[in-house]
Amino acid sequence: MFKRKWLTAPYLAFILCGTVIPLIAILYYGFTDQEGSFTLENITAIADEEHAKALGLALLLALICTVVCLILAYPVGLILRKHASGKKGFVVFILILPMWMNFLLRTYAWKALLAGNGVLNNTLGGLGIGKLNIINTPAAIVLGMVYDFLPFMILPIYNVMVKIDNNLIEAAYDLGASKGKVLTKVLLPLSMPGIISGITMVFVPAVTTFVISQILGGGKIYLIGNIIEQEFTLNGNRQLGSGLSLVMMVFILISMALLNKFDKNGEGSII
Amino acid sequence: MSNILELEHISKKFDDDLVLDDLCLEVKENTFMTLLGPSGCGKTTTLRIIGGFTTPDEGRVLFEGRDITNLPPNKRHLNTVFQKYALFPHMSVGENIAFGLKISGKSDQYIRDKIRYALKLVNMDGYENRDVNMLSGGQQQRIAIARAIVNEPKVLLLDEPIGALDLKLRQDMQYELIRLKNELGITFIYVTHDQEEALTMSDTVVVMNQGYIQQMGSPESIYNEPENAFVATFIGDSNIMGGVMLRDKLVRILGVDFPCVDTGFGTNKPVDVVIRPEDVVLAEPGKGRMDGVVSHLIFKGVHYEMEVQAGGFEWLVQSTSMFPVGQEVSLNVDPFNIQIMNKPESEDEEAVVIDV
Repeated sequence: MFKRKWLTAPYLAFILCGTVIPLIAILYYGFTDQEGSFTLENITAIADEEHAKALGLALLLALICTVVCLILAYPVGLILRKHASGKKGFVVFILILPMWMNFLLRTYAWKALLAGNGVLNNTLGGLGIGKLNIINTPAAIVLGMVYDFLPFMILPIYNVMVKIDNNLIEAAYDLGASKGKVLTKVLLPLSMPGIISGITMVFVPAVTTFVISQILGGGKIYLIGNIIEQEFTLNGNRQLGSGLSLVMMVFILISMALLNKFDKNGEGSII
Repeated sequence: MSNILELEHISKKFDDDLVLDDLCLEVKENTFMTLLGPSGCGKTTTLRIIGGFTTPDEGRVLFEGRDITNLPPNKRHLNTVFQKYALFPHMSVGENIAFGLKISGKSDQYIRDKIRYALKLVNMDGYENRDVNMLSGGQQQRIAIARAIVNEPKVLLLDEPIGALDLKLRQDMQYELIRLKNELGITFIYVTHDQEEALTMSDTVVVMNQGYIQQMGSPESIYNEPENAFVATFIGDSNIMGGVMLRDKLVRILGVDFPCVDTGFGTNKPVDVVIRPEDVVLAEPGKGRMDGVVSHLIFKGVHYEMEVQAGGFEWLVQSTSMFPVGQEVSLNVDPFNIQIMNKPESEDEEAVVIDV
């Protein structure tokens, strides 16, 4: 046993350099000013109108994206549960296929599709329906988020769904439950771990994204991720960037804590 | 007693596999009926058709005279105890039992009383708030039964409910089930491949094979008067051999004439003969109808099991008295204990026997 412990050494070194040290750096910068003395200004900066709006919009869009993903993914999970095992693998393969392509590419593809004279609008125009101006709006950002993160909702839900013993469903019917009751009393509670981890895996990257909002928002819509990115790169203010990152982290931790309350057994929780 | 349940000409195919072929079955009110057969004989499919989980391709299911063939399981007045218990893992013992009652909108007080009553009935008082995942297999089985019976079904379906338990527990549960059935006064339809279970608990045993009912009757008649070689070999141990019915009440087995009690087979008719091992009487050489030599001896607890070579046949014999290997003995059989059966008429029927 003692020797086996050393097998984790490369991973521990990686975590140390890739997560722990940067986190400590962010903590340090977040609570210091340019001269290196302690300050809370970087944290309280979240109250600035621009920052608060960006955080609020990020939370709102991530929430919408998560809800849409859940609405799209859950019925898929329900249907896949019933299917013969051979077909099931193929359907899941198709659903997660987009995941295998770089997500920047996929996002740029949406930009091309949604552009003012892009594929979508040309088609709509050709059909005489008129243009759909959603590029550079929050709607386009949500669309991009949903497209990018949907597989992360489908996979955990699917994984939990296929493991639900069919006998339990039959037992519920046998005891008089209607289809609706089977869903709410048996399937939903039993698939909760999958739902929770799906929500986590979609909400967290969605709330922190800055690439999708940059590409599909036309550089005019700022999410908290964009603000932080700009502080680090454009403005070279890593203190403010770190401070806002810490605030965002706190918001994510709070949402996860709330989420975990729904998951009694803790099977689906990631943190 | 009237029929609570009738299956009329039920056929069911899975892909191209004919699982049930023109099956007819009548279940009387307040009986303990067992569907007995090897795996793949169609017994579980029959139960699932009664429960509403499988729709037959042809035929009708009547419940108290009403056609319920296309009624979904949640609309049927019967409940099932599943083979793997199928307790809801996200609910406590009490919540599991209350599941059906809550759905039918019973009052909290009624549900509380029912849970207590049901737990008492299955000898698990005070377990309401336990986590079902922490219960042993036997306890889970009891809760599954409690969960089914609180809904006061007129028919309780049980799909090999005690197959996964260990031997001692299985025997205890057999007595429990008989007691439960008598206390509840409802019909039990029980599926098993275990012939001992079937004989112990049932009022009526239905022996099935390859989608057909082979024989139906009381445990005694199934055991003592098997109608064909399949039933004879499946239920208990037996010596099955070819014979010739010389005339009424006289059969020639292995070249020796044995008096029997069967009539109506005609004269010089080839038949199959079944003799149960406990019905073979061993004595000193010359005192019986045939002489032979003991070739194997095993002690089985209650009795000895011996193999005796006689007339070119290896007789299986069970007796409380012991004859050592190599001992010369004589064999005799009481006429009443010789069971004569018609030979299978087609190769199809023969296949039924070979498949055992």
